[in-house]
Amino acid sequence: MKDYRETQIKELEEKAKRIRRLIIQMLAEAGSGHPGGSLSSADLITCLYFGRLADGKPLLRHNPQDPSWPQRDRFHMSKGHCCPLWYAVLAESGYFPLGELLKLRKFGCILQGHPDRRTPGVDVASGSLGQGLSVSLGMGLSARIDQMDYRVYCLMGDGEIQEGNIWEAAMAVAHYKCDNICAILDYNGFQTDGKIKDIMNLEPLVDKWQAFGWHTVEIDGHNMSEIFSAYLEALKTRGKPTIIIAHTVKGKGVSFMENVVDFHGRAPTKEEAIKALKELE
Amino acid sequence: MAQMLYQRDIYGQTLVELGKKDPNIVVLDADLSGSTRTNLFAKEFPARFFNFGVAEQNMMATAAGLASCGKTVFVSTFAIFASGRAWDQVRNSVCYNNFDVKIVASHAGITVGPDGASHQALEDIALMRTIVNMNVIVPGDGPQTRDAVLAAAKQAGPFYIRIGRPKVATLEIKSEFQFGKAQILREGKDISIIACGLLVNEAVSAAKLLSEKGIKVRVINMHTIKPLDSQAVIAAAQETQGIVVCEEHTIVGGLASAVDEVVAENYPTQVARIGIRNRFGQSGEPDELMREYNLTAKDIAKAAEAIIK
Repeated sequence: MKDYRETQIKELEEKAKRIRRLIIQMLAEAGSGHPGGSLSSADLITCLYFGRLADGKPLLRHNPQDPSWPQRDRFHMSKGHCCPLWYAVLAESGYFPLGELLKLRKFGCILQGHPDRRTPGVDVASGSLGQGLSVSLGMGLSARIDQMDYRVYCLMGDGEIQEGNIWEAAMAVAHYKCDNICAILDYNGFQTDGKIKDIMNLEPLVDKWQAFGWHTVEIDGHNMSEIFSAYLEALKTRGKPTIIIAHTVKGKGVSFMENVVDFHGRAPTKEEAIKALKELE
Repeated sequence: MAQMLYQRDIYGQTLVELGKKDPNIVVLDADLSGSTRTNLFAKEFPARFFNFGVAEQNMMATAAGLASCGKTVFVSTFAIFASGRAWDQVRNSVCYNNFDVKIVASHAGITVGPDGASHQALEDIALMRTIVNMNVIVPGDGPQTRDAVLAAAKQAGPFYIRIGRPKVATLEIKSEFQFGKAQILREGKDISIIACGLLVNEAVSAAKLLSEKGIKVRVINMHTIKPLDSQAVIAAAQETQGIVVCEEHTIVGGLASAVDEVVAENYPTQVARIGIRNRFGQSGEPDELMREYNLTAKDIAKAAEAIIK
């Protein structure tokens, strides 16, 4: 007898594949943008937006028909450059028509180069790295003031957490014991100029977050079952915030993009996109 | 003798007044709540006050998060940190989103005094007024600080309100405070003096000195720097022989620049600037520093006379 999670895994994996295809298509059409981190976080965010709990309710409580529903759980993409992933997930959820995706980064479109509030489903803009965990803290404190039970999910990049603001926020979220906040770290090991460990090493990373007062869950960020369990663990963790440290592969899903630093901030060409889409069939 | 008040005291009291009426008011500080007087609100409404320790960037972006959930957030620290240390958070998290974050920055300008140059914000008006969506108010005295805070709470969008450290003599103002509308404190046809903040009192004193010499001065309290009351500036340019602009701030990018922009585009006339001239501040008592940096009534009167001659 499979439990409710196992029955969803296959479905979520297929959905993630579809999200990856959309990311490739929209970036190739835009001609610029950040595929590497969008692909590495794809499984994490697909599970969050499309996973369902035992009672059938969504993991992330949200309503595409009413994006500003006050009780909604908040998702904030602190590493704003990976917005192609967010846009694909929002379009798949029904926030706006899929056709909008092909207007990414074009003049007059609702899908800006970095997240902006003109996009349905985006509560707070991002793009300047390092501020999102603080923004999430504000959302978490607001829930506390209003005695509401919504949760806040914040996706951060590994290069991003070199910003000092992140550690100010890490201290404050733990200080205020915001167990309604779940941070997700896409630890793909690369940043614009090269490997994280060469540019500015983050290790020992789990120790750092634990020392700051966080509950840590270390997972394979491409194993849908581990991702699902990590969210459930965060849900039941009380008294302290949780960070899911997800080991991922930059450019995951497209062989010639995986672990290639060039694809941090370069869109695939039309020819590369055709090749990539074939791999993602 | 005019009443002497701390703008900070009035700020703290006004926050309490607002907090009683509006459960959506939230206040943040970064380890300076005793100085900024947000501690008055903290005592009254502990569940709606958050201290972030010495971490202004985190405080500012957290304010944006709270505002995204419908809160009206007052954020306080010294002007040097609010405008400088957290500038990117103010621009990208607060103003780009056009959130209801009201920054009330105390200890602005040279009159911080003994703490010296590192704590004397001389560039904050320039840093804040250039950001899209940001509104900027520099109240001239204690009671006007309350007016400014109430106006910011009422109006949607981000605000930067600049207040000082020392006590300020309460101004004689006959007109009601109106956000975005200059107040004419004294009418005159020879020359205009436009001032903000602590220099409004100096401007009034300068006008008195000049009147002894038969020079009639229009004194304008330009409490709102952005949006600037362009009509009042253009009228001053048209109806008097020139303008002296006074601010406790660098002469680059602040009120003087704002006035220059309007004058240059609409009715070119001579403008003299009273402010800090490409120098850092230093330790000393406020009155000593005002003299050293040529910010006194005498300096203003001299600049006015130079235009008339």
